[in-house]
Amino acid sequence: MAIPARRRAADIAAFIFATAATIFGLVWLTWILWMTIRQGSSALTPHLFKEMTPPPGSSGGLLNAFYGSAVMILLGVLIGTPIGVAAGTFLAEHGRYTRLAAVVSFVNDILLSAPSIVIGLFIYTLVVRTAGHFSGYAGALALAMILLPIVVRTTEESLRLIPDTMREAGFALGLPRWRVTQQILYKAALSAILTGILLGAARISGETAPLLFTALNNQFWSSNLNAPLANVPVVIFQYAMSPYDEWHALAWAGALVLTAFVLLLNILVRVLARQGKQR
Amino acid sequence: MNATSARSLETEPGPVRRSGAGADRLFQLITAACAIFVLLILGGTALSMAWGGRLAFKTFGWRFITDSSWDAVGGHFGALVPIYGTLVTSAIALIIAVPVSIGIALFLTDIAPRWTRGPIAIAIELLAAIPSIIYGMWGLFVFAPFMATHVEPWLTAHFGSNAVVGPLFTGPPIGIGMLTAGIVLGIMVIPFIAAVAREVFSAVPAPLRESAVALGSTRWEILSRVTLPYTRSAVIGAIFLGLGRALGETMAVTFVLGNAHDLSASLLMPSNSIAAAIANEFTEADTDIYRSSLIALGFLLFVVTFIVLTIAKLLLLRVNKQMGRTH
Repeated sequence: MAIPARRRAADIAAFIFATAATIFGLVWLTWILWMTIRQGSSALTPHLFKEMTPPPGSSGGLLNAFYGSAVMILLGVLIGTPIGVAAGTFLAEHGRYTRLAAVVSFVNDILLSAPSIVIGLFIYTLVVRTAGHFSGYAGALALAMILLPIVVRTTEESLRLIPDTMREAGFALGLPRWRVTQQILYKAALSAILTGILLGAARISGETAPLLFTALNNQFWSSNLNAPLANVPVVIFQYAMSPYDEWHALAWAGALVLTAFVLLLNILVRVLARQGKQR
Repeated sequence: MNATSARSLETEPGPVRRSGAGADRLFQLITAACAIFVLLILGGTALSMAWGGRLAFKTFGWRFITDSSWDAVGGHFGALVPIYGTLVTSAIALIIAVPVSIGIALFLTDIAPRWTRGPIAIAIELLAAIPSIIYGMWGLFVFAPFMATHVEPWLTAHFGSNAVVGPLFTGPPIGIGMLTAGIVLGIMVIPFIAAVAREVFSAVPAPLRESAVALGSTRWEILSRVTLPYTRSAVIGAIFLGLGRALGETMAVTFVLGNAHDLSASLLMPSNSIAAAIANEFTEADTDIYRSSLIALGFLLFVVTFIVLTIAKLLLLRVNKQMGRTH
């Protein structure tokens, strides 16, 4: 059963290539994470969570940025989730097989990969331009627009996975359709929908581009959502691009916290999803 | 799907007898409104940018796309450099990401020991989860210096005097430029292409692969003559998906591209991209025509990524139908 040498060589080459490609991919992951941990951990002090962003040349923390980010992410999730779940419900249930659902599903997939900076420009024109100033509300709205398609997609998919027999059982009990959806389908799909929301939250936590001209940034403590609001990604951007070493260190520390948060959320989502599947 | 089933859905009297059809109707209306909201985001984005960019389009016409001078002081704007930078960096990204992604998909479906497949796949997917600003920071502080000291001098020494590719690899090794940006972009799109490729590779019907094995094919022959032809349109769809991502990626590119408005053939020189130009300059734009030009750039980016992503989606949709999936 000898395979001719040339075919054998091609096979071995393919084997080596595929292995090398995988190692190539993993090397970048390790390299990026390692550098973030190494550079970030040396700047990771309690001050980071206690003090405000400093002017150049002095030390400080990122407290105002953490606060601003948390508020905007939370608000983004609160705005995006109900709309996304409702739209996903329409696609999978009430509008199933309609042309509208097909079009929305298609457009939603495009929005999933659409450049986030363009969403930022949209909210800028819509909110910042009309209000006349940058604001935390605009930032939260931009984040909600990015979260929305993720929630729509996961809601639609998780509702479609529920067997029709469950719907039929609900109808047989005389329940109207909306109660079947709310009391049976949402319960069955709960963990999958939650997964989608968490995934969306992880995604918007790291989004920078849409915040650049919506929330902008704020060097001082501010809890006013109707004014420019400090946030971690934009602070990292400004500090990393600056010529000051103190700012670089803070940017790395912020990067470490942000990366750890986003990756942990992602891993949590995967564990949840696996548990959901096993049950 | 068709008109009859849509109609029967609306008039279906069956289950809505007891707690009133009104509530049901209302719930359907609310969900439909939210679904339409998704359409409005896309439409609103396109319209708001066409509107915001109208001043630039009206003032410069087609020269906006073909002119390479970007003069904020003189108020004259041509977008050739950012457009060129966007296309070149995305092309570099695909040249790197496509073979690597297919290699990863092959490794994960055929070669890796079964117990390692899950963890490796998750690790590759985590590449997509890392925020793009982290890529940018790492690119600026770690990868660009690495390119400047190790890769770029070597490229210039070996290819710089070559008659054909020489002009691509000349210039001072400063680390920041189109090549660095393209590589970073490539790393960022690998997980997106690899995920789709892996999924469709593992969905190739077993009888097809088994018959190839029975005929005495090697692994390479199975990939090149069975798997790839069978999954071709999905893989191309995945590549377009990656292209859509690469074209619109902002923060990572902003860090390592250098924000230079000069047109140069060399890949080692700083350049600009549409997204990076908007990110860098939008809050500094102090005149109406400046701001309008940046929004017009955003409009161009939106239209191009929309077309690319539509092609990707259509290709992937066709595959899903082929594989008998309903959505």
